[in-house]
Amino acid sequence: MIYFKLNPNTGQPLYLQLMQQIRHGAETGALQDGDQLPGIRTLAEELVVSPNTVAKAYSELEHDGLLELRHGSGAFITVRRRTRALTDHVQVARRRLNKLIEQLRDEGLLDEEIKRAFEAELLHSAELVRKP
Amino acid sequence: MIASPAVLTHDLAKSYGPIAAVSDLNLTVKANSITAFLGQNGAGKSTTIKMLLGMVRPTRGEGTVLGKRIGDAEQNRKLRQNVAYVAENKPLYGYMTVEQTIRFASSFYPDWRADSEKKLLHEYRLPLQQKVKNLSKGMRTKLALLLAFARRPELLILDEPSEGLDPVGIEHLLQMLVAQAAEGVTIFFSSHQIAEVERVADHVCILNAGRLVMNASLDELRQSYRRIDFVFPSTPPEREFCIAGVEKIQSAGHQLSLFASRNADAVVERGHDLGAVSIEVVPVGLRDIFLETVKEN
Repeated sequence: MIYFKLNPNTGQPLYLQLMQQIRHGAETGALQDGDQLPGIRTLAEELVVSPNTVAKAYSELEHDGLLELRHGSGAFITVRRRTRALTDHVQVARRRLNKLIEQLRDEGLLDEEIKRAFEAELLHSAELVRKP
Repeated sequence: MIASPAVLTHDLAKSYGPIAAVSDLNLTVKANSITAFLGQNGAGKSTTIKMLLGMVRPTRGEGTVLGKRIGDAEQNRKLRQNVAYVAENKPLYGYMTVEQTIRFASSFYPDWRADSEKKLLHEYRLPLQQKVKNLSKGMRTKLALLLAFARRPELLILDEPSEGLDPVGIEHLLQMLVAQAAEGVTIFFSSHQIAEVERVADHVCILNAGRLVMNASLDELRQSYRRIDFVFPSTPPEREFCIAGVEKIQSAGHQLSLFASRNADAVVERGHDLGAVSIEVVPVGLRDIFLETVKEN
């Protein structure tokens, strides 16, 4: 079982945060194929969020193939091969990022400066991708 | 399936003599959701709620609650069978005991849920034999909530339900609201507790000086409102940021701070193109959105 933490102030809808945490759980192995998640009502009461938030996260994850909703018996994790491949991919990317960050630190940049530069570039490139 | 709205008003207004308490209100409360109703004291929240329940006669306009017209006496009587209302001042008979109050209230409702009543009595630790007039403010609120929750309503309207409750009581109240919502009850509640609203509400309506200035889903607000802070190498080109969605611009020295209700991406790109040396985008919480919205109007 994993613990969910939802933060209303991150500028991200709560259902997306929940989706990401479940996905992350599946990618890291904290959630295994066949694991059962709490029912919508139970989780909503536990997190003290609207049941619609949990319902939306579950239904989007079902649509993505990461969750199977069985009527009356709850939600079950379904980890497919694609998820594992993606996990490997992310691991490789993180190693590359790690190298780059080390390099920037060696050049004298502070972590805070690196973080801001990353955020600014991500924001900018996201804009370019959306307007080809 | 798209359910018809639980509450729908069209140009609803109430004036007391020359003073407009509520003006041209076009309010929609979605069914099967939790909607928070925010506004400063005196903004017209209680007047609006009372108009919906037929307790205050509108000066103009019309509305429906659960599909029934609020202005029609017969329809209004019917709609009130399916709406539970917890009033701001929690009016209860002081001479009755807690137990008498519960028996009295339950006799009106054939759908009364004895199981909910029992569960809540236990959780709230309400003293059954104590007279209502001797209850503390928090206990009085809990009794009023119990009466509403045990009714199995279609729509639950609460006016400042967390008033008089301590943090543990508020947390419990929110859990109760969530549990009710999970059973399909539509919830419409007014509150000053923005931090709590931010967690449980699906939608937010903001009333300011009798006018509805916002009616949006919290997900939309979370995704679209941003504060964007720039640092420019020279005096910031403030004029260049007349972009739709930019609600406020502040500058100090080489810094420029913008408050945007949408189009944050366009603002960032403009700053980038104008050679900003630092760009920081910060999400904005409901508290700041509320304060800005109320100030601006």
